[in-house]
Amino acid sequence: MTRKNFSLLIFILILFGFALWSIVPFNTKLLGPDGLRLGLDLKGGSQLLYEADLSKKSSSITDEEAMAAVIMKIQRRVNEYGVAEPMIQKEGTDRILVQLPGIKDISRAINLIGETGMLYFAEQEFDEDGNPVFKDEPAKAINKDGNEEELTGKYLKRAWQDLGAYNEPLVRFEWDSEGAHLFEQITERNLHKQLAILVDEKVISAPVVQAIISDSGQITGSFTLDEVEDLVTQLNSGALDVPLALIDQRDVDATLGADSVRKSILAAEIGLILLLLFMFLYYRLPGLVACVSLGIYGIVLLAIFKLFHANLTLTLPGIAAAILSLGMAVDANILIFERVKEELRDGRTLGAAVEAGFNRAWPAIRDSNITTFIACIILFWLGGTFGAFMVRGFALTLFIGVALSMFTAIVVTRTFLRFIVNTRLVVNPTAYGVKT
Amino acid sequence: MIDFVGKKKWFFLLSALVIIIAITSLAAFKLRPGVDFTGGTSMTLRFTPQVEQEQLRQEFTNLGHPEAIVQMSGGDFLVRLKEISPQERESLTEGLETSLGSEIIARDYNTISASIAANTARNAGIAVMIAAVAMLFYIAWAFRRMPKPFRWGACAIIALVHDVLIVMGIFSILGRMANVEVSAMFITGLLAVVGYSINNTVVAFDRIRENMVKGINSDFAVTVNSSLLETLARSLNTSLTTLCVILALFLFGGSTIHLFVAVLLVGLLSGTYSSLFIAGPLMVTWEKGEWGQLFSWVPFGKKPV
Repeated sequence: MTRKNFSLLIFILILFGFALWSIVPFNTKLLGPDGLRLGLDLKGGSQLLYEADLSKKSSSITDEEAMAAVIMKIQRRVNEYGVAEPMIQKEGTDRILVQLPGIKDISRAINLIGETGMLYFAEQEFDEDGNPVFKDEPAKAINKDGNEEELTGKYLKRAWQDLGAYNEPLVRFEWDSEGAHLFEQITERNLHKQLAILVDEKVISAPVVQAIISDSGQITGSFTLDEVEDLVTQLNSGALDVPLALIDQRDVDATLGADSVRKSILAAEIGLILLLLFMFLYYRLPGLVACVSLGIYGIVLLAIFKLFHANLTLTLPGIAAAILSLGMAVDANILIFERVKEELRDGRTLGAAVEAGFNRAWPAIRDSNITTFIACIILFWLGGTFGAFMVRGFALTLFIGVALSMFTAIVVTRTFLRFIVNTRLVVNPTAYGVKT
Repeated sequence: MIDFVGKKKWFFLLSALVIIIAITSLAAFKLRPGVDFTGGTSMTLRFTPQVEQEQLRQEFTNLGHPEAIVQMSGGDFLVRLKEISPQERESLTEGLETSLGSEIIARDYNTISASIAANTARNAGIAVMIAAVAMLFYIAWAFRRMPKPFRWGACAIIALVHDVLIVMGIFSILGRMANVEVSAMFITGLLAVVGYSINNTVVAFDRIRENMVKGINSDFAVTVNSSLLETLARSLNTSLTTLCVILALFLFGGSTIHLFVAVLLVGLLSGTYSSLFIAGPLMVTWEKGEWGQLFSWVPFGKKPV
């Protein structure tokens, strides 16, 4: 046996051992709280019901328009937060139903979604006793068209998080040209005076204006990192057009129904057993080797989903991709074995037939898998831009699955077969499915 | 030796017929959109004594609402279904109470909007089309040493469109005949069909490419035919193994994923068929410039030369 093959064998065994270690014991580690993150369709999560106060909407838009705008902004916030495939619906005329897959910090999600994220500034004035107080209304200035306009978050070009001089988390922002025009007048008017920064009608900080600034600024306060992150998300998604109140919160089971999901998992297991049986009966020894490498494929795929559960949520589109990539993994093995059989029938020795089989099958596996990769990359990228997030989940899982299936067929199966052939464990061609 | 390529006109005829029916049905009936896309009525029900989730779902189907999505929340059932009038609501809840032998003690009805924006399906379609163009270019590049590499890409994409149209057409007909509705799951299933179809065709093409390089026969039709025969075992075995999983899911899986599995099933059959009987033979027709004959071979037309 060659050294290279031996080290590959060791590598595969270590990889398999690590994957197995990361998911076993099955129930506590794979399905426990830190295990696979399953989506709303497979596991359920939380349902939040918000009620919008439509009396606070601006008179220039209808109720429907206000609700549609709020739903769109909530969608953006939830996506930004990294929740896979939430369900957001309008209920009745003034309520919004949000279903999120199980996330750890639900109260953070509630605030992120429900707070308006309204940003404005308030100037100082003096009450009748001569004490300085902040005005009760947003600071205004004259816009480019010559009208008086409130300076709010809608003039933001973008906001992002940063760290200040003492490593304190803060939010930086940049105005668009109209916002810069307004901000310049307000800072000029309030030079060396206090100017309050308000988010959701709460004073976040009230710095003294040190210079006339126009295009950018920062918001400091006693923020935690999470708070800064959420505020940035809210500012970038745009302020909600009407305030929301959370009126109901409850846990919900899978949209596909927990009972149905259980049955389907059982069905998939039956299907897999049939598949493995078929492979073994038809291809004999190589089929058995393929079963082992498909087993490794399955365990490693599960381990990837478990180890990256912070970023990977498994939903039905992911399952579709997993089935498809499993099919491709089987296909790659079948392609190779059919080639090996052909070579054996042509009278080659076992060792030569295995090598030739892999080399001949390689272009087909390479080209079909690269074609799939290209489709995955485009679907992932466009799925994100177009807001078709299930397309994105599908593409990501398929990419991982196909890459792994290629590894399984080309590296794992080949290493095992070489090992068996080189050590002359089994040499009878009948074991390779060829009649002698 | 079986002559697939020689019988290609029959395969084309069969596919053409199915696709014409598919397109006609899609144009006339479209696809029946599910609650995901249309919105509808949501209700919160609590039964005493408690009923089983599967039982309740079955009763909704029996009472003419197979589209109902039944979710559990504590002891309550959250149900989303097609928009129904207050009268329909009454008869529906009465029907549930009698058939389940249980009383509904809490109920709450609301109209709900679509949970998936109408343009999601369209955007997914656009994404797939752009991906198809990219795949066409890659296949053309992968087959760059072959004469006229773009034909290979084009034929693979034609086989892909063939499969997608057949799946959509069948579900359009099912929508009309059996009220089958398409949900987000349908889009997911279609994406898998796209992946399966292209993968299968590329593998078949690879064999033709290899045999072209070997120069097994100067006649392109013979080369394609023997390549298809050589990959036949692999094609059937791959389909059979995938079929094992899909069929098991279809027969024993939960009722809520039936539609999804059905899409995969139809796509698998169509994808296997098109990679063998459409993509390769189409290459031959193109190579031989037999497009003109495509109409003369209609059985009741004049005999082909």
